Amino acid sequence: MTRKKLKQQLIVIGNGMAGIGCLEQILRHNHNFEVTVFGDETHVNYNRILLSSVLAGEKPVDDITLNPLAWYLEHKITLRLGIRVTSIDPTMRTISGDDGSVTSYDKLLIATGSKPFIPRIEGVEKDGVCAWRTLADTQWILNRTKPGTKAVVIGGGLLGLEAARGLQVQGCDVTIVHLRDRLMERQLDSTGGRYLRSKIEALGVKVLLEKSTAAILGNGHATGVRLTCGLELPADLIVVAAGISPNADLGKQAGLQVNRGIIVNDYLETSNPDIFAVGECTEHRGVCHGLVAPLLAQGKVLAATITGNRGATFEGAIPAAKLKIMGVDVFSAGSNEGGPGIETVKYEDESQGVYKRLFLDGGRLVGAILVGDSNDSHRYSEWLRTGANLSAKRRTLLFPDPIADNGDAAAMLSDADTVCGCLGVSKGQIIEAIHEKGVCTMAQLKECTRASTGCGSCGNLCMDILRAVAPNFEEETKKVLCKCVPFPQEQIKEMIRTQRMKSVQEVLDIYGNGIGCEVCKPALSYLVDVVNCGEHDEDRSTRFINDRVHANIQNDGTFSVIPRMRGGITTPDELRKIADVADKYKVPLVKVTGSQRIDLLGIKKEDLPKVWADLGMPSGQGYAKGVRMVKTCVGSTFCRFGTQDSIATGVELERRMENLFTPHKTKMAVVGCPRNCAEATVKDIGLVGQEGSWQVVVGGAAGKSVRKADLLITVSSTEEALAAAEVFFQYYRENANYLERTYDFVERHGIEKIRRDTVYAPDAIKEALLDRLTKSKNLSQDAWLERDNPINATQFVQIQPMEQPIMPPSPSYLRSSASAND
Amino acid sequence: MSTWIQITPLQNIPLREGRCVTLGRKEIAVFHLPEKVLAIDNRCPHGQGPLCDGITTGTHVVCPLHGWKIDLETGMVARPDVPVGVKTYPCRVNSDGIVEINVAATQEAEVAA
Repeated sequence: MTRKKLKQQLIVIGNGMAGIGCLEQILRHNHNFEVTVFGDETHVNYNRILLSSVLAGEKPVDDITLNPLAWYLEHKITLRLGIRVTSIDPTMRTISGDDGSVTSYDKLLIATGSKPFIPRIEGVEKDGVCAWRTLADTQWILNRTKPGTKAVVIGGGLLGLEAARGLQVQGCDVTIVHLRDRLMERQLDSTGGRYLRSKIEALGVKVLLEKSTAAILGNGHATGVRLTCGLELPADLIVVAAGISPNADLGKQAGLQVNRGIIVNDYLETSNPDIFAVGECTEHRGVCHGLVAPLLAQGKVLAATITGNRGATFEGAIPAAKLKIMGVDVFSAGSNEGGPGIETVKYEDESQGVYKRLFLDGGRLVGAILVGDSNDSHRYSEWLRTGANLSAKRRTLLFPDPIADNGDAAAMLSDADTVCGCLGVSKGQIIEAIHEKGVCTMAQLKECTRASTGCGSCGNLCMDILRAVAPNFEEETKKVLCKCVPFPQEQIKEMIRTQRMKSVQEVLDIYGNGIGCEVCKPALSYLVDVVNCGEHDEDRSTRFINDRVHANIQNDGTFSVIPRMRGGITTPDELRKIADVADKYKVPLVKVTGSQRIDLLGIKKEDLPKVWADLGMPSGQGYAKGVRMVKTCVGSTFCRFGTQDSIATGVELERRMENLFTPHKTKMAVVGCPRNCAEATVKDIGLVGQEGSWQVVVGGAAGKSVRKADLLITVSSTEEALAAAEVFFQYYRENANYLERTYDFVERHGIEKIRRDTVYAPDAIKEALLDRLTKSKNLSQDAWLERDNPINATQFVQIQPMEQPIMPPSPSYLRSSASAND
Repeated sequence: MSTWIQITPLQNIPLREGRCVTLGRKEIAVFHLPEKVLAIDNRCPHGQGPLCDGITTGTHVVCPLHGWKIDLETGMVARPDVPVGVKTYPCRVNSDGIVEINVAATQEAEVAA
């Protein structure tokens, strides 16, 4: 019987980035395929490069999905997940799966990727040892880690470093064991390796070089590793990241030409005319590519070949790698070794940890190493790709021309320049998508061009282009403060900054309707304060009543008074004074608050200054969009489980931030152990102590919203934890919209961006944030001191009329009381 | 008998703020606006909130308790849309800079009551 099928059967073995990337390209051609995809993982195609972000808690799993189930359905692709293809029969043109199924094909595409290389180490099969390759591996590792877990990473290459970083962020105590004399030896020279090592060590990861692992210790479950030098390291978790090798077994079994990988020509054809291969499982001109950009380039070529448009060729690629560890910039491309005829140009700045080395051959760039500052990697990739003659650019090789270095990288690119190196998307293509397809959001851009769906490092650049070119881009984010001042808060801050405006009325007069309302006036009050670091003209008429009299107005017009009790710590003397005040002013209600403080309710406005004076305690800001409290547990002071001094740390944290205004109320907590008795993980800022380190968490909530805080950073000392909290605190103060709680703020920007802009920002940026915080702090004071120096004569006291209408019951009595007051 | 009652020097009421004054048994909120002074009953018709403590927006004030917005010139509630209001009192600043309220012109009987 002759095959009378209308459609050809295309089977793709491998549901990863290379196979599906190629399939996406095939779908763009005019094709006649009915497609079946086999994947041995149980997840739809996801971005494997971003597994490091999942491990580091920067991205939820859902965020790294590249092709949702709906995509497969839409393109009528049959998806067979969780099935491993065990053999190919090239004569019968069938494949067999480990589920017993046999499926016939007309064309077969092998995209089986690579497998982790597991060195022969005694005991490597023990429980607690794993390679890190898949989403399932990542989840397995995450399930095994908790603060304090001892982890060893075998291998100090790109993958090993990213694994180590992820584990460190999860609170593990991590040691990297590396065979060679430097980290990332395939990408870096020895100086670059030295710079990288000090950066990795600064993150709190231990690095052992020129050590190899002899055995995994433990009975059944791994308890440590023994190195060949005899040193033993205790470990509950061992991640093997010793490299990868092409997964070419199926090719071999099918009788294809296989060396290290399945051999393909420039058209991505194998030695069998019906079988094609793409990605990490292939070997092309003797090279097995392992980075996403060349694999996707291969996919494009193969899509043309397999759909009958044979012509385009893949001619290899310049190897390039970027380390995805926040705060540790490493970029390497092309050659990284000198040699005859190769010139090198170098720059080193020990104190900043910046090292750059370029390799030139006859005026053309052939390699680049950047450690500590990879902002320029784009320029170098482009020069490597185009082979441009750089003789005329010698003066600005290491740094862009000062005139060009205005931070506007997007504008500097020509239309032909590549923006997304992974997916090979040029600036011109992005602009075309914006103009032709009406793309105006990042999500649409990813959908339409696939730009920024690889390693994601071009995200900001894509955003810049969108912002500059897409006419409707701002629509998404543009939310004006109110109709009195019709600008987004971001822009208002910029106006205040550049126009050096000091008062709310100035902003209203120049950029608004001159009047303002109850919505914009308090917001502008906050903004002129924060932008000027407290050096503004305070106008109480623009503040809510609570901030005019430093107490919380109640439903009967009286006020509540909450004195500050840092860390929830008080003394018998303070308690006695509080009791005396409650008696003296006949306080109707005394209540212990949820913030470990005491609230005196029902105080008359005119009594406020006297109450504060009698208490002799500072304001707890229980009425303000400001720093509320730092709740603490007993910690190591008394608690038998306490590992850190949560009380002292909490008191210090409160001292460093108190008296400041924030976009919305800011509640904090410090706990001395992961039992979390003071609920630090549902606070705006929380410090969670554990043996030997602190986790700083942000964006938690347990009010109108309930949200578990995101991990900002894990640090070893209390001072570092406090500094991280301060950096985040000031960043929130400066960048959140008024009335935006941290949980909305963190969610809006994503913890990844916030980490990058705060704790992993260059030192200069962190210092600048802390400087501005200090400046604001120095200009702030306990609001209750206004009891002695009221901001105006009638701030608290009621106006006594100079005369009373003549009427009963007793005008003379009322008159005398009025004059007594004059 | 003068119907204008001297209240207080204008500087005792900060610009764009209100202050409460008790005349007889009546609480009156007096507002110092850029162009004029205005006076109304101090208690919001909604939840008896102290209007003198509200933020002003032009010639309106917003009650600090639940955000009702009152027109200081007419006394009518401008937000939400309900046909209620509070009493207003003629108010001026005399040549000595003293704020004066005329209780007789409107509701002297009530003030005295």
